[in-house]
Amino acid sequence: MASQAHAVPASESHEIRGLVDTRIVAFYLVTGLIFLLISMLAGFLFSMQFLQHYPLKGIALFSPGKWRLIHTNGVAYGFIANIFLGMMHWAIPRMTLRPVFDKRLSWFIYVAWQAIVLATVVGLLAGQAQALEWGETPIWVDPVAQLGLILVAINFLPPIIRAPGPMYVTNWYFIAALVWTPLVYAMGSFIPQYFFAGAPAGAIGGMFIHDLVGLFVTPLGWGMMYYSVPILLKKPVWSHGLSLIGFWGLAFFYPLTGIHHFLFSPIPMFLQYGAVISTIAIEFVVTTVIINFFMTLRGSGDMLRSNIPIRWYYVGMVNYFITCLQCSFQTTLTFQKIIHFTDWVVGHAHLVMFGVFGFWLIGFVVQILPRACGKAGWYSNSINEWVFWLTSSSMAVMFVDLMIAGLVQGYQWRDLAPWEASLKASTPFWLVRTVAGTAMIVAQFMFAYNIVKTLAAKPVAAGAAARPAAGGAQPGLAPA
Amino acid sequence: MFESKTGIFLVAGLGFFALAFLVMGLLPWLIYRGEPILTVDDMVQKGIVPEFVELAERFPKQFAQYFGKPDEKSFAAAIRRGHQLYVGEACWHCHSQQVRPVSNETLRWGPVSHAREYQNELQMPVLFGTRRVGPDLAREAGRRTNDWHIAHFFKPRAVAPLSVMPEYTWFFDANGVPNRDGMALITYMQWLGSWLDHYPYYQGEGPAGPGPAEKVNMRGI
Repeated sequence: MASQAHAVPASESHEIRGLVDTRIVAFYLVTGLIFLLISMLAGFLFSMQFLQHYPLKGIALFSPGKWRLIHTNGVAYGFIANIFLGMMHWAIPRMTLRPVFDKRLSWFIYVAWQAIVLATVVGLLAGQAQALEWGETPIWVDPVAQLGLILVAINFLPPIIRAPGPMYVTNWYFIAALVWTPLVYAMGSFIPQYFFAGAPAGAIGGMFIHDLVGLFVTPLGWGMMYYSVPILLKKPVWSHGLSLIGFWGLAFFYPLTGIHHFLFSPIPMFLQYGAVISTIAIEFVVTTVIINFFMTLRGSGDMLRSNIPIRWYYVGMVNYFITCLQCSFQTTLTFQKIIHFTDWVVGHAHLVMFGVFGFWLIGFVVQILPRACGKAGWYSNSINEWVFWLTSSSMAVMFVDLMIAGLVQGYQWRDLAPWEASLKASTPFWLVRTVAGTAMIVAQFMFAYNIVKTLAAKPVAAGAAARPAAGGAQPGLAPA
Repeated sequence: MFESKTGIFLVAGLGFFALAFLVMGLLPWLIYRGEPILTVDDMVQKGIVPEFVELAERFPKQFAQYFGKPDEKSFAAAIRRGHQLYVGEACWHCHSQQVRPVSNETLRWGPVSHAREYQNELQMPVLFGTRRVGPDLAREAGRRTNDWHIAHFFKPRAVAPLSVMPEYTWFFDANGVPNRDGMALITYMQWLGSWLDHYPYYQGEGPAGPGPAEKVNMRGI
């Protein structure tokens, strides 16, 4: 942070000088949240199947399996991708003092990306899923999505490359993510479909699932943390050295971990060992990043109470630590014997994707949306409080619930209990899961209501848009 | 290098990704490249499963309309369509096709899955699976009758009272007879694992411990 401090002039003029297209930021954030609501409703629908109360049974279009695909793909490509794109439109011009490559391209990408997500939904409903977990995007959408991801890199890399002087940490992560994401998508979508079969295809598939988390979502997520947290706390990140270790450790170890999704499979065993070791190594890297951020927070702990985005960010980081710690255990062969194929993994996936990245993205929306729309602040801060507490507590319930369910299932299977015994034992856990999920959905609808009310408020005059009230305070990049 | 644009772009972005791809992706491919990737047409040369013929005898009119005669060609077509539905309906998100050498899975399902079993066009991408809400299906061939599958796809709870599987009523015609998709999916189920020299396996009958790899003879015609 310090290295850029003097290069950046007073913050609010950026928007006036037309560097940041606040309208596209707002469009991305709102679209992302709409996809979040749809994806969550799809997850709710699917969970009802487990309780034998699927409300739309007997209708081919509402086949529960298809809505499970919409749930996961909607979250990845509709919710997470959209909000990250909006976040980069906000952050990159501010950090580089340069606009994106082409603003018309930005809008083209926005429209094209929504078309890609909708085409994916239509394709999935038509039964055209690709047998690649989390990349079920139909094979006719894949080349288009691939092109879209390349255009995203073309639009965002030039301002970062052209900016003189040393780069801030966020931009390390952004450059890497913009290179990795198209590569990961190409590897996962095309190689196991057209070139590799069987075990080698499994190795690629495992890498795809994990790289989508580790090389697309994670670097953008941490880049966003390195951007937002120092701004809100009004101080630089604690240790530059730890930032370096965090970035390079992630870059080296994360791509090597994918095969841990298929342990005890016909993939060569020495590669499975390699993936397990890399995964455990990641945990050490993660610990350094977490230490760095909590040492940054030291002395500003009161912000957790007073500032809602900071609370979303740091609770997300706690969840990140928990999920990575859990991962370093569950990736071992000892744990895999019991928990593979169980609800333990489902709980883990929800804690990562929603409890960490979902929390961060919601926090970012809380921080930015009113400003991006030229509003004085949120319609209601107390609704935002409710959204936080309802979401985070039900996330914790769901995680613990599914983790225990996974152990119950795994031990029953090992003990050769009749299959139905595991279903009977799982039912209470599935009920709790649905209830917790419902609470999360209710919270997101409350958030949506707050957004609608906020957007309906009269805009403040352009010059005065600078200092919204609680939750939105963001004095720009330059530390005072 | 650690903070420069070229260092991050070339070393972290391209370099580390390429390294991981070579080690974790290309290496397994090199190891297995001696194993040809079979087509469905290659695999059906081993023979048609009796359940496919039984479907033709049970529903002669419908079967003739959907598949013609029960021969290698129609068998291959049914398997392909069944696989397509298995992927499209996301069956593979609640059923695995991978018997592991741990957790007593060999006692429950039969021999451990062997790499050779996956070297075919229907495992592109591979269907190891990710979650077992229902049981593994890698050794499903012959374990249950066509009748059982017909009842089960129409109303799973009729044969498995606690099942949470959806009712796939759209795989049946107005008379409750499986339609083309229904017959294809049942054929696919009855084919999974039929390439083993000995099948079906029932719980408690499987070989204890890892299965003998030499029994998996995909090319034996």
